[in-house]
Amino acid sequence: MENQRLIISLLVNNESGVLTRISGLFARRGFNIDSLSVGETENPRISRITIQAAGDEYVRSQIMHQLGKLHDVKKVALMDAAQTVLRELLLVKVHANPDTRGQVLDAVTVFRAKVIDLTPTTMTMELTGECTKLDAFITYLDPLGIIEVCRTGVTAIGRGDYVLKTNEEE
Amino acid sequence: MKLSGAQILMEIFKEQQVDTVFGYPGGAVLNIYDEIYKSSDWLKHIITCHEQGASHAADGYARATGKTGVVLATSGPGATNLVTGIATAYLDSTPMVAITGNVACSLIGRDSFQEVDIKGITMPITKHNFMVKDVTRLADTLREAFSIATSDRPGPVLVDIPKDVQIATCAFTPAKGAQAPKVPALDAAMLAQAEKLIREAKRPFLYVGGGVQIAGAGDLLIKLAETIGAPIGASMMGLATVPHRHPLFLGMTGMHGRYAASIALDKSDLIIAVGTRFSDRATGNKQEFSKNHKVLHIDIDPAEISKNIPAYVALVADVKLALTALIDAELPHSAPEWLAEVQALKAAPDNHLSMDASILNPELVLRAANQRLPQDSPVATDVGQHQMWVAQYYHFQKPRTFITSGGLGTMGFGMGAAMGACIGSGLKKTLLITSDGSFHMNMNELATAVANRLPLIILVLNNSVLGMVRQWQTMFYDKRYSNTTMNRPTDYCLLAQAFGAKGLRLETLDKMDSVLDKAFSLPGPVVVDVRINRDEMVLPMIPPNGTIKEMILRG
Repeated sequence: MENQRLIISLLVNNESGVLTRISGLFARRGFNIDSLSVGETENPRISRITIQAAGDEYVRSQIMHQLGKLHDVKKVALMDAAQTVLRELLLVKVHANPDTRGQVLDAVTVFRAKVIDLTPTTMTMELTGECTKLDAFITYLDPLGIIEVCRTGVTAIGRGDYVLKTNEEE
Repeated sequence: MKLSGAQILMEIFKEQQVDTVFGYPGGAVLNIYDEIYKSSDWLKHIITCHEQGASHAADGYARATGKTGVVLATSGPGATNLVTGIATAYLDSTPMVAITGNVACSLIGRDSFQEVDIKGITMPITKHNFMVKDVTRLADTLREAFSIATSDRPGPVLVDIPKDVQIATCAFTPAKGAQAPKVPALDAAMLAQAEKLIREAKRPFLYVGGGVQIAGAGDLLIKLAETIGAPIGASMMGLATVPHRHPLFLGMTGMHGRYAASIALDKSDLIIAVGTRFSDRATGNKQEFSKNHKVLHIDIDPAEISKNIPAYVALVADVKLALTALIDAELPHSAPEWLAEVQALKAAPDNHLSMDASILNPELVLRAANQRLPQDSPVATDVGQHQMWVAQYYHFQKPRTFITSGGLGTMGFGMGAAMGACIGSGLKKTLLITSDGSFHMNMNELATAVANRLPLIILVLNNSVLGMVRQWQTMFYDKRYSNTTMNRPTDYCLLAQAFGAKGLRLETLDKMDSVLDKAFSLPGPVVVDVRINRDEMVLPMIPPNGTIKEMILRG
């Protein structure tokens, strides 16, 4: 079976050790996390985690069920790509002197990125969007000399009525 | 009323009807032990020689009774000594609550004396674990721990309580008592599919795992087997759930399974697997195992469905609920040819392999012990050849009488587990079948057994080698016996005497009855050094990752 991209959203207790439980589960079962983002929700007792992973049908089923067994996990959902807005934030620093700045600024315009820091030799940008857009931006900047890349990992929210609720709330 | 954290722990024990705790005191649990001292009129505390023994005892207690086993240990090494016991309970789904003390909150994270992150260490081997840093959260956390340990698929839960939380006081509100775990409803659509599958099956086979025993559903399983005309095979954890004497029962399947059970499973067109997780020791080669039959998998844990063996249809449900629904479905009985074929397998010579009866051998010893022990008495084992021989030759008739470490395969489990099972059974005469290898691991607990005057009969099947590893070295490593020939001159009779127990030696077949009669007549504990041949094999054997076609029947 072919590997597919999996976007998994979790509502979890906002307590110490929860992230360890989740990352530990992936590690010991031999599943990879491609990216993970986490933050508090509107309810301070609940955090929301978005995990991007890859796997076939077997891995998908095991990840979902094993996560569902964790006591601190209050909801686990495989996000339906067609009904989900996916975003990731990128911060990237490149070599840029007065001669090469123009090339970088072209990309900033096209990708609708934002310059957030400038020195005589460097330029730092932020860009949000889907992963593929971020990848394309990095590919363009690469020959110009990337110094540092920071990516937050993907975060995901359902469109319209597609709302995640804890099992208790449902 | 205001109570200290340690007092709250006692109140929760009362609420949860805990009357027996296994443990070992130390600096970080002094306050708890002070309350145990004051609670001796209703709470029995068994002090072991080592925390590992206490953890296995709590496990054995839980397996024999179905109640939650409770173990208590101090911080640091006390806590880490529990790890093997907790992992053993986790792999075999035993309900257990482990309470550990820890250093005071102000000392946590400073590498203080006897400080260890036991919550971090036990994360992958507990259903859940807690560290309670606020005494006002203690009562509810403990209640939750007991609830998690027993609900759905049971398992161990650890609660780490820093010393200052044991001392701090807060108001305590008693709860109404232990809450019954919630049982999810049966999925009607899946049930209909399951019924259809059974209706279409010509050669159904019921495969019983440990989950049936945990659910207390042995009788329902037999009812279903009789209704649909299906033979019954068991994983090792499923043994004792169905009485051995039942005509449809074929015995254990898997690596060392019985001939008829393994062949019947292979010839079936539908495996109805109940409360089992298809361990590699039970299935052998998973691709081959899955060929030629459909699998109807019934289990409370959704993560077990299709984890090891793909399920054609699955019922994620309490086993009792699922079996009741299937019994009520008025399913047809299989064709008489199928059961006739099964009976022929059962009668086949290959299904009645025997060891050389001219010498003292494990089969004869186990059959003789079986005759002498009441059917409702617990039988504990360690891990290795002796364990497999018990699984093959001991005829269990009552649920919860076979106390053995399946998933983790913990050598050293037996001594503690036998004590816990003995105490849990109300001090019934308890048999521990062990071996010289396993017994050497945790024989220290003999002192606990003596101190508590436990009626234990300990049969050490002594072949002076690590028999199971040696068997593999014989079969798969060209007889290179690396580190399995022990050459230990241990005198088990003197050893037993030194601990204050009785010791007997059994060396020849002609003495078997008299020595065993003596052993069973003593109040216990008694250790019997049973000398067996070092090249005795566990057979049949299907090699690891092998198939039924590779079954080795004779050495």
